[in-house]
Amino acid sequence: MRKRHTPKDKLITVALHVALAAGLFFATFPIYWMLTSSFKSNTEIFALPPTILPKAFTLEAYAAILGDPVKLRFFFNSYFVAFAVTVLTVLIALLAAYGFSRFNFRGKGSLNTLIISTQTIPPITLLIPFFGLVVSYGIFDTYIALILTYLVFTLPYAILLMTGYLNTLPRDLDEAVAVDGGTSWTALWRVIVPISLPGIVATSVYTFLLCWNEFLFALTLTKSTSMRTVPIGIQLLMGQHAFEWNQMMAMSVLGSLPLLLIYLIAQRFFLAGMTAGSVK
Amino acid sequence: MTRQKRSRHRLKRAVAPYLYLSPSLVIIGLLMLLPMVTVIGYSFQNSAVLRRDPSFAGLKHYQAIFADPVFWASLWHTLYFTCMSVVFHMTIGMVFALMLNSDRINPTLRNILRVLYILPWLFTAVIIAVIWRLLLEPNGVVNSVLMQMGIIGYKVEWFSSPETALHAVTFANIWAGYPLFMVSLLAGLQGIPKDFYEAADIDGAKAYQKLIFITIPQLMPIIISISLLDFIWTMQVFPLIWITTGGGPIYSTEVLSTYTYKLAFSSYNLSQAAASAVIILLISLGLTLFYIRYQKAR
Repeated sequence: MRKRHTPKDKLITVALHVALAAGLFFATFPIYWMLTSSFKSNTEIFALPPTILPKAFTLEAYAAILGDPVKLRFFFNSYFVAFAVTVLTVLIALLAAYGFSRFNFRGKGSLNTLIISTQTIPPITLLIPFFGLVVSYGIFDTYIALILTYLVFTLPYAILLMTGYLNTLPRDLDEAVAVDGGTSWTALWRVIVPISLPGIVATSVYTFLLCWNEFLFALTLTKSTSMRTVPIGIQLLMGQHAFEWNQMMAMSVLGSLPLLLIYLIAQRFFLAGMTAGSVK
Repeated sequence: MTRQKRSRHRLKRAVAPYLYLSPSLVIIGLLMLLPMVTVIGYSFQNSAVLRRDPSFAGLKHYQAIFADPVFWASLWHTLYFTCMSVVFHMTIGMVFALMLNSDRINPTLRNILRVLYILPWLFTAVIIAVIWRLLLEPNGVVNSVLMQMGIIGYKVEWFSSPETALHAVTFANIWAGYPLFMVSLLAGLQGIPKDFYEAADIDGAKAYQKLIFITIPQLMPIIISISLLDFIWTMQVFPLIWITTGGGPIYSTEVLSTYTYKLAFSSYNLSQAAASAVIILLISLGLTLFYIRYQKAR
C-alpha cells in the first residue's frame, strides 16, 4: 500500500542507507583498527597522518607472539580450562535440565527461581571467599581452582538454556521408553541426548565463551606466568613491553579468533546462547 | 504391571528428579551459597582470611566504608557508568534494530549488516579495553582526526585526565554492549503481528505514530527485562575499567568493583572488602528480585 518512487520516498531510502553506513562505521572501525594495527610496525601505528592500510605490511607481531613459548602457554591454558569447564558444565546441566523438564516435584518452582537469581550474583562478591577457600585448600594457582570457580558461573546459564531446549521436545518420545519398561535414565541417553544436539551445541558454545572471556578470577586465583590465561596475558603484555601496540593487537586478534570462528560458523547457536535468560 | 512393581516405579519417579538435580545443587550450594554466607561472615571479622582466629568486629567495617568518601565517589561513578550505558545500549540497539527491520533495504545487505553490527559483542572485555586504549592514545587516531577537523585544539589524554576518563570508559562500554539490545529487539520486532501495521495503514497512521503506538508498546516487555539485566551486569563491570584506567586518575573512574578489588588485593583489607562486596551483593539482589517479579508477572 505504500507509495514507492515518489521523490520524498527516495530521499528517505537514501537517508536510511547513509545512517546504516554511519552505524557500520561506528560498529566496525575499532575492530578494523585493531586488525590493521596488528599488521603494522610499532612506529607506523602512531604515524601522522594515520595510515588506513598498513604501508609496510608485516607479520612481525604475530611472529613475536607465536614464537614465544610463554605466550603460547597462555593460549593453551585458555583452551584447556575452557574445554574442561565446557564438558563438565554440559554434562551436569544436561542432567539438571532433564530433571526440570521431565519431572514434577516439590520445590521445583523455588529451585528454578534460585537458579535464575544466581545468574546475577556479582563475581566480585564471590571472589573474596573463593580466594580464602582456594588458599586454605592449597589449590591456589592451579587449573582446579579456575575450573571449579568457572563452573559456578557457567552452570546456571547452561541449566536454563538446556531446560528451555528440552521443553521444546515432545514428551511422548521418552514416555514411549517408559511404556516399554525402560527407566528415565535410558530414555535420557537413548532418546533425549541424540535429538538434543542443537541445544547441547548452543550450551557448549556459550559456556566456552564465558570461560574464554573470564578475567577477574584468572587474575586473582593464579599467580605464576605458566598458569595465566589469554586475557591476563594481554594485560601482562601491556606492562611488560612498554606498549608494543602491534603485539598487543596481534594477541587480541588471536585471542578473538575462536569466538569469531564459532560465530561465523554457528551463528544460530551463538545467538541462542547470548540471548539466553534475557528473552523468554 | 503388578501393584508392587507399579509402586516401585512410582517411588523411582519421585526420587529421580532430585538425583538428576543433585550434582548441580551440590555445586551451587558449596560454591555459591556457602561462599555467600562466608563473605557475610568475613565482613563482621577483624583480619578475615589473614588470621586463623579472627575476632568479631561488629559493624566496624561497614561504618568504615560509609565514612569513606572514595566509596561514595565509586557509587556515583558506578551509577553514572551504568545508567549511561543502559540508556545508550537501548537507544543504539533500538535504532539499529529498526533500521535493519526496514523493508527499504535489500535482504542480502540486511543479513550482512546484521552480522557486522553484532561484532563488538564478540570481543572480550580486556580486548575491548586495549582497542580503545590504542584508539584514544594521545597520539592515536581519534585525536589526530579530531584535531584535523578542528574539533579539539590539543592532544586530549582521554583515559588519563580526570575530566574525560569516566566518559571515555563509558563510551567504550556503550560501544561494546549495544548488540544485546539490538539482537533481542530485532527478534521482538519480527514477532509483532503484521496486521497491527496494516490496520494502522488503513486508518492513515504516519510512520512515527506506528512507532509510538504499536512498535514500542509491543517491545516494552523485552525493553524492560533486558534493561534490568543490562543494569545488573553493567554495575558489576570490572576488566574494562581495570585495564583502561585502573580506577584512576585520582579515583575519577573508581567503581564499586574496582574499589572492592583494591581493598582486598592492594591493601589486603579483606574484611572491609568483604563488607563492600556484601553491599554490592545487596544492591544486585534487590534488582534481581525486581527482575524475577517482573518475569513472573509477564
